[in-house]
Amino acid sequence: MSPARVSRGHNPLRQAADRRLPRIAGPCSMVMFGVTGDLARKKLLPAIYDLFNRGLLPPGFSLVGFARRDWADQDFGRIVYDAAKEGARTPFDEDVWASLAEGLRFVPGAFDDDAAFDELADVVRTLDQERGTGGNHAFYLSIPPGSFQTVLQQLERSGLSQPRPGTWRRVVIEKPFGHDLKSARELNSIVESVFPPDAVFRIDHYLGKETVQNLLALRFANQMFEPIWNANYVDHVQITMAEDIGISGRAGYYDGIGAARDVIQNHLLQLLALTAMEQPNSFEASALRTEKEKILAAVRLPHDLGKSTARGQYAAGWQGSEKVRGYLQEDGVSSSSTTETYAALKLEVATRRWAGVPFYLRTGKRLGKRVTEIAVVFKRAPHLPFGDTAARQLGQNAVVIRVQPDEGVTMRFGSKVPGSAPLTVRDVTMDFGYGNAFTEASPEAYERLILDVLLGDPPLFPRHEEVELSWQILDPIERYWASHGRPSPYEAGTWGPSTADAMMRRDGREWRMP
Amino acid sequence: MIVDLPATTTREVSKALVRVRQSMGAITLGRVMTLIVVTDEATAATAIDAATEASRQHPSRILVLVTGSRRGGPRLDAEIRVGGDAGASEIVVLRLRGELADHGDSVVIPLLLPDSPVVAWWPIPAPPDLAGSPIGKMAVRRITDSSLAANPRRELARRRDAYADGDTDMAWSRTTRWRGLLATALDLEPFEQVTGVTVKGAADSASTDLLAGWLAIRLRCPVRRVVGPKGTGIVSVRLDRESGPIDLVRPAGQADATLTQPDQPVRRISLARPDTADSLAEELSRLDGDEVYRDALLRGLELISGRERAATPAPARAKRRPEPQPPSRRKSPRLEDLDLPSEL
Repeated sequence: MSPARVSRGHNPLRQAADRRLPRIAGPCSMVMFGVTGDLARKKLLPAIYDLFNRGLLPPGFSLVGFARRDWADQDFGRIVYDAAKEGARTPFDEDVWASLAEGLRFVPGAFDDDAAFDELADVVRTLDQERGTGGNHAFYLSIPPGSFQTVLQQLERSGLSQPRPGTWRRVVIEKPFGHDLKSARELNSIVESVFPPDAVFRIDHYLGKETVQNLLALRFANQMFEPIWNANYVDHVQITMAEDIGISGRAGYYDGIGAARDVIQNHLLQLLALTAMEQPNSFEASALRTEKEKILAAVRLPHDLGKSTARGQYAAGWQGSEKVRGYLQEDGVSSSSTTETYAALKLEVATRRWAGVPFYLRTGKRLGKRVTEIAVVFKRAPHLPFGDTAARQLGQNAVVIRVQPDEGVTMRFGSKVPGSAPLTVRDVTMDFGYGNAFTEASPEAYERLILDVLLGDPPLFPRHEEVELSWQILDPIERYWASHGRPSPYEAGTWGPSTADAMMRRDGREWRMP
Repeated sequence: MIVDLPATTTREVSKALVRVRQSMGAITLGRVMTLIVVTDEATAATAIDAATEASRQHPSRILVLVTGSRRGGPRLDAEIRVGGDAGASEIVVLRLRGELADHGDSVVIPLLLPDSPVVAWWPIPAPPDLAGSPIGKMAVRRITDSSLAANPRRELARRRDAYADGDTDMAWSRTTRWRGLLATALDLEPFEQVTGVTVKGAADSASTDLLAGWLAIRLRCPVRRVVGPKGTGIVSVRLDRESGPIDLVRPAGQADATLTQPDQPVRRISLARPDTADSLAEELSRLDGDEVYRDALLRGLELISGRERAATPAPARAKRRPEPQPPSRRKSPRLEDLDLPSEL
């Protein structure tokens, strides 16, 4: 008996039946730009601690912070410690922390400082020797897109972007990926002039959410949904992402960008693609992408953009129990700003499956509550054998995929009102909730995405082609809006401007109350 | 919310569950399984805590069968816990006494969730014929923990003799992270065959035996088991390759481990023993048979040499004697202290 063969791609310790075996990243480090930002503190650093705690980061994993701060490694350690203790999902353990802390490094400097990047290159080289990060490094750019060019050129100049054979360098960028098709292409050419397309990971954290992945399971692992998932049975689809917060100090970023560019271009169109796409040949990245791109390419805008879109701007009001300012009164926003904080659109998908089924997308800030959901609303039954009044309270059947905060699936259907004589039918809902407790225990989106970056596993990341297609959908709307009036005001804490309701009423439909 | 039902019947318990559900809204929706916990009074509290914790990932109805004294008349005391303390689950604690103590299976039948799988867990030493036991027959998955037995390695041999698909052992889930790290090490260059394996662990560590058995099957090379002091769990694994060994070492009593490979810096990783709730959550995430565990248990154990009290004699031992290679050892002095083969 000779020992089992070991070769690239063939590991005798891995077998398909072994579902327990975790995917642990190979030796590597992550270099993070923008470690002082909100996102890093609230999401990225806790996610790294959680991954480490779950044993999914490799032995010797190191995290390098880069920022314009006069810090030593220990000061950076303090920041990561506080962020992890505050935000980590898994229990905080001092032993685990001590082990993670050994791999923390900090390089102070500005983005245009050659010396700082040379030092960074040194630090990274030293990590390879001291901690065995193996020449594999991911660069997480949690910074404004305006600085991308400088940082990327620095990475190239200092040699950080070029891997030795057998190792990898990857770059992670966050939305926004440009503000229209042209700028997206420019941004992309900057990124891809330094890193090859396979090494660029665009993070859309919505795609890392359990529920979004569950949407694929729901559609393609079950027999009961797919037969009715088409224009024969579906009346329309509503995709909503509502936030209850305002722009909270991000005026500099938000003003001039607006809700459509901020949310619809990436999150909502991705959700639309996942809801509408055909079954991919496999769950490999390329197969998923092919199907998503087909749907995005098939999206059509209605002819009259004035009647099939709506936009709004929040005015002062009561957000639940709290009195809040209007958008124009926010710090840093000009009182004549025409930036929309609410956007709603109607889109069509020109495929046989979806012909004639409108997809309504809406998003906004300072809406009634924080919720993201996909609602597939079905046609009414063609005939009701109950008499005129019996089904008066019956609405349309719906399958609702709740993405956040209360992740799960809701089904709405008619049921007899108990004890009613004559017989009366009304809507009831049936919930599958993972429950609040469950979501605590299920991995945070960023954990999944960061791990996928380190493993080099791209199914959940949008490619540049998808980004371009999304801008092609949105650009005509933005152009139309720019030349036609201004957003209509809506009171903070409500469900958006009356123009959005009017847009639905013209089609004989209503927005769901999420 | 806790509902106490002293000296009751299963019919009353069922009714009370419906009543609680109605008074608290839709709390029983979305359950994915029934988990039966077979335990005694001494272990009940810690077992309930672990089950509650684990069920956050797997919302369940948890039926805790607490077997009490067999003296006196038959009596059932029940306690229903929902919301708050019960996490995402509903917990029914059933205390059985007198003649009823031997009929836990009959007590749980009316309380199982419809049309969903039943999983049984023994946080106490389990019956020898697990799949044939009354509760074991009901369950699609039977979770035990060999480390709870007075002699874990003899217990492992017993599990092997009575194995049925669906059996699983927490001693096995505790090897998962070790297995993950070793597999990841082989994912990377240099791609060389493993020519020999040394697994060291406590004399009473069933996990070490299972890990060694798994390596023996997957790598098809001689695997030697080295025995260390009791109570330390898995201590180290060495995979010999032409260019030098891979050493994964967790010194006894520590949560930190080191991974050493030739010409590479020593890498540190935290590798603490998972607690019961972690192991239980891992066991609950799969409900079908675990072929990998089955192979490690049924075929792997007998391939290991150097086991004390091996259930089958290790035929390869004499041949394997000259195996240890001193030159490669010099590269990792740490292992030298630990690798004193106490059984030879």
